[in-house]
Amino acid sequence: MRASRRAEAGGRRGRSGAGRTLRGGPVALAVLVLFTVGSLFPLVWTAVAASRDNSRLAQTPPPFWFGSHLLKNLGTAWSDANMGLALANTTVVAGTIALGTVVFSTLAGFAFAKLRFRLKNLLMLLVIGTMMIPPQLGVVPLFMTIARLEWTNHLQAVVLPTLVSAFGVFFMRQYLLQALPTELVEAARMDGASSLRVVWHVVFPAARPAMAVLGMLTFVQAWNDFFWPIIALTQENPTVQVALTGLGRGYIPDQSVIMAGALLGTLPLLLAFLLFGRQIVGGIMQGAVKG
Amino acid sequence: MSGAAAAQAAHDREARRRARRSRRYRWDVRYSPYAFIAPFFLFFAAFGLFPLLYTGWASLHRVELSAPGDMQWAGLHNYVRLLDDDLFWNALRNTFTLGVLSTVPQLLMALGLAHLLHQRMRGASFFRVALLTPYATSVAAASLVFVLLFGRDYGMINWALGAAGIAPVDWQSGTWTSQLAVSSIVIWRWTGYNALIYLAAMQAIPKDLYESAALDGASAWRQFRHVTVPSLRPTLLFTVVVSTIGATQLFGEPLLFGGAAGQKGGAAHQFQTLGLYLYEQGWFNFHLGRASAVAWAMFLILLVIAAVAALVGRRLRADR
Repeated sequence: MRASRRAEAGGRRGRSGAGRTLRGGPVALAVLVLFTVGSLFPLVWTAVAASRDNSRLAQTPPPFWFGSHLLKNLGTAWSDANMGLALANTTVVAGTIALGTVVFSTLAGFAFAKLRFRLKNLLMLLVIGTMMIPPQLGVVPLFMTIARLEWTNHLQAVVLPTLVSAFGVFFMRQYLLQALPTELVEAARMDGASSLRVVWHVVFPAARPAMAVLGMLTFVQAWNDFFWPIIALTQENPTVQVALTGLGRGYIPDQSVIMAGALLGTLPLLLAFLLFGRQIVGGIMQGAVKG
Repeated sequence: MSGAAAAQAAHDREARRRARRSRRYRWDVRYSPYAFIAPFFLFFAAFGLFPLLYTGWASLHRVELSAPGDMQWAGLHNYVRLLDDDLFWNALRNTFTLGVLSTVPQLLMALGLAHLLHQRMRGASFFRVALLTPYATSVAAASLVFVLLFGRDYGMINWALGAAGIAPVDWQSGTWTSQLAVSSIVIWRWTGYNALIYLAAMQAIPKDLYESAALDGASAWRQFRHVTVPSLRPTLLFTVVVSTIGATQLFGEPLLFGGAAGQKGGAAHQFQTLGLYLYEQGWFNFHLGRASAVAWAMFLILLVIAAVAALVGRRLRADR
């Protein structure tokens, strides 16, 4: 399928004569390679620094290649900087948020795409409008609330406020508008299927590819969520970002252990990128055209 | 006789059941859409709208971190204190300069990269994924490694400057140097992401626009200037708005760049943003009421940005 699309695109370009026949010349390639190196270098160097002895990081020139202390530093980060607990916590938090966002967004996206109800357009505008409000602005009341509920340091304090996403609703609506034939929904209805059965047997199967992409995007975002977890959690029960912040604020003075922690906290997402990079890229571009 | 009655009763029951079922069916059709959108709106009301509005209410009170439940009416006192505080204006200025320093180069480079990615070449999808990897790196991890790279004594960047014969820079202590360093973290993380957004928009530009431009003898640069950029205007506006909103919320990068006293944004508050100022007021000086006033000041700034964006958007539509 991808091959055929590429062939088609190539054909069109062939005919057009100019403009998009622009082939990437050596200069273009060089610039792209430069930016790629720039994009990857800090990550690679994180690993280099994490594999070195701390004293080696206090010398010039800085190390350019891997040393032999990687496992030791990872181990220290795992136990002393609480990265083990942090990774487990973040997996639970990001997984729950991704699951909740995907399910709720699919339900709402389906309603906005295929069902008729009053005030639909106004409500959709409202959803889009909420995207413009940064959650950071409400931290004080949120903090007062969780303090009263005694949820400080509990994972639900960071899961619940992030469980739905306006972007997700919008994303699923746009996908279902074109991917789910209205006749299919109506036929299921004719057979007397209830709305829940329609969702389960018709909507979810049709939405699966977009659900997967939204799930990955949400997981990445939730994994990296920063401001609210810093306020709601402490080093006793941290997410990865909270633990890393503790490292950065002098919790452990050893730079190579700090880098090992940063590496541990990033590795799961890098692995996901290695496996699903294309799908994630596709998802971002899909969301962009429509957005 | 009794058989007929039983048949009648059975018939009634069947009719009632059918009526019930069709009533349930109608209710289902009418109300299930609301049930499907309810979770989003309930969660948003509870964790988005209510906190935002309640922030406004709390900003009119004296609330301390030690007793968040205890609110004393203070009128506009928090706002008066805010406007009197040089550090507030400092944070506002820093947020603005950091926003410009991080957003402008980022979007320009993203536009250029998207243009390159739009050309046909080998390894196109590799480049896309590679340029997006910084997006997968968290603020915390990215900031921690940049702190080391920008280190005064042993940092790689000063070492490279030294190799080029330039004296080492104390990145953290200067206003401009520290803001450049903090901006570079933002730029590093978001350039590839924005490039993909532009690329998606470029791929949606009809090919015949380029064809007719080429027939008119337009060079590649002129095509970029006169076909690509105008077609991207809505996307450009979108990314500018999103990046600007992000810039007003800048928090994690300066916090971690500042190390142990990060909430101050450097020893002389040289890179303290509004977000950090809010955090310092609320969670280090324990004044939740004043932190709320900062949040509402930020909200007002966002409203101004939204109004400007709406005006520009209308102009763009009118031009077409």
